[in-house]
Amino acid sequence: MGANLFSNYGEAVAMILFGIGFGNLLLQSNLIKKIIGLNIMDTAIYLFLAEKGYIADRVAPIVTNGVQSMEAYINPIPSGLVLTGIVVSVSVSALMLSITIRLYQRYHTLDLDEISIRLKKEGL
Amino acid sequence: MNFVQNFPAVSILLCLFAGIISSGLKKKAARFVNTVLISIVGFLSLCTLIYVMGTGESFVYVMGMFPAPWGNEIRAGVLEAFTALFFCIIMLLSLAGGRKKLADEVEEGKTFLYYVLMDLLLASLLALVYTNDLFTAYVFVEINTIAACGLIMIRQNGRTIEAAARYMIMSLLGSGLLLMGLCMLYDLTGHLLMSNIKEQIKWVYVSGQYRIPLLVTIALLSVGLAIKSALFPFHAWLPDAYGYSTVSSAAILSSLVSKGYIFLLIKIIYRVVGFEIFYESRIVDVLFVFGLMGMIFGSISAIRENDVRRMIAFSSVAQIGYIYMGIGMGTQAGMEASIFHIFSHAATKSLLFIGAIGLTDVSGGSRQFIELTGSAYRNKWAGVTFTVGSLSMVGVPLFSGFISKLLFAQAAVQNDVKMLPALIILGISTILNAIYFMKTVIRIYTPVEERKYESITFKDMKLYVATLACFIILNVVLGVSSQPIADIIGQGLAMFS
Repeated sequence: MGANLFSNYGEAVAMILFGIGFGNLLLQSNLIKKIIGLNIMDTAIYLFLAEKGYIADRVAPIVTNGVQSMEAYINPIPSGLVLTGIVVSVSVSALMLSITIRLYQRYHTLDLDEISIRLKKEGL
Repeated sequence: MNFVQNFPAVSILLCLFAGIISSGLKKKAARFVNTVLISIVGFLSLCTLIYVMGTGESFVYVMGMFPAPWGNEIRAGVLEAFTALFFCIIMLLSLAGGRKKLADEVEEGKTFLYYVLMDLLLASLLALVYTNDLFTAYVFVEINTIAACGLIMIRQNGRTIEAAARYMIMSLLGSGLLLMGLCMLYDLTGHLLMSNIKEQIKWVYVSGQYRIPLLVTIALLSVGLAIKSALFPFHAWLPDAYGYSTVSSAAILSSLVSKGYIFLLIKIIYRVVGFEIFYESRIVDVLFVFGLMGMIFGSISAIRENDVRRMIAFSSVAQIGYIYMGIGMGTQAGMEASIFHIFSHAATKSLLFIGAIGLTDVSGGSRQFIELTGSAYRNKWAGVTFTVGSLSMVGVPLFSGFISKLLFAQAAVQNDVKMLPALIILGISTILNAIYFMKTVIRIYTPVEERKYESITFKDMKLYVATLACFIILNVVLGVSSQPIADIIGQGLAMFS
């Protein structure tokens, strides 16, 4: 168990980062900190995928010097997934940031709980 | 390859293209494109349904002609085609019912965006229903979330923006877990296509290796999708999002968006993990318990609510609880009951939202119960519709809600361990449902002495009344001729594996 954990330290770090990001997204009340948490969480997943796709002593799957052998290159699919994931996470981050701007313009605070309290007071 | 086999892929692409084209159109043109699009997609789904029912087996459509382990696939069976058709009908009716109201709710220059979002939402729902590739499913889950968020906040006030923020946060937590689960599943099996993953998982399971990673993966996938479909206790965003957005949005969010995620979960259970392995993992028990809690707490919150639309929203929490309870029974019958309830709840909840808007409109726009007194006399059609919806939710025979409750009860009886809690909670929840829905129905049929608000005439709202009639017919059809639909569900589930 301990030895496994040590040899797969990349995955372990990814999981810890995922937990940090998840906790921040869930528990912070400041919207910007939430978005930072979201990005940490997403990036942790990409780190996990990259770690899983990497095979020691091999290079990125771009044919160089005419080497066609499968043994020379790492698994390209996780890299493709990471790229797709990055596109998705950029768009949701942008959307979250735009919502944050809207809320800030209206209420001049970034604290989501504070905004909820004010909404209740308004009694709309 | 038969010509009909192209239809699922074509309908997804049509929706995406319609979204792109509509972004350059004016309001009326965008609306026209949207209506035509939903009708065409509905027709194509109907053709697909007839085709697969005729052949008796599902078909796989290979995207881009890359064969199985590498390429992307679409898979259509009876259940997929029926769900797509049903979603189209509900979406068309919800949009027609809220059309008149939309002019007050959304800024004039932004209405075309509403239809763009609707096109994209339909595309993502269809993709969730049809796809055979897990990563594609993840991408469309995110598109679905973004479109739904836009639908919530297109009506600009503080409440909706706050609700959209909360909705996004909860959804992102869910999709983070889902993505992590998918990555671990890829890591375990080396595949992204559902059928390949299933073979590998079976093999991994038999060999006895990786038990804990497999368990964690199943838990991540189920919890991620449960969060996204607002299972209790992850429902905090729901009342505001359904209560303050435009009425069509509320109807579509409650009846389609959350159901899309549940449908994906059911697909994952059958097509990816495998029913037996999922059952063995005991995650079903967790879903069962949270489903039961949702049934009770959703109803209690609804009783305490003083705002009719928020009340209906809280009732959604309870109904999502029913669906998860059915999944959590871990039996075939429970699953069939859940799927039937997906349809029945989708039909009833959109009816209730659309009906409620007619009542609040003749009460000076107020949604408080005190103002709604006697509103059913001022808008007779909306009153009748709301009553039908309430009776269906409570579970009166003739309406669709009764059949779901009957199926749930039958499924519960077959399960020795979970029978007692399921039946007791089902009973309590029905009583609680009856309390808040009948309270509302009695309130809207209580005559008032002074005429504070004007009545509405048939001339002003022909489309609205026609929509209500369609909704009522749909509900009664589901309630009366439930056997063919139950057969379709059974046949569809058999095709899943």
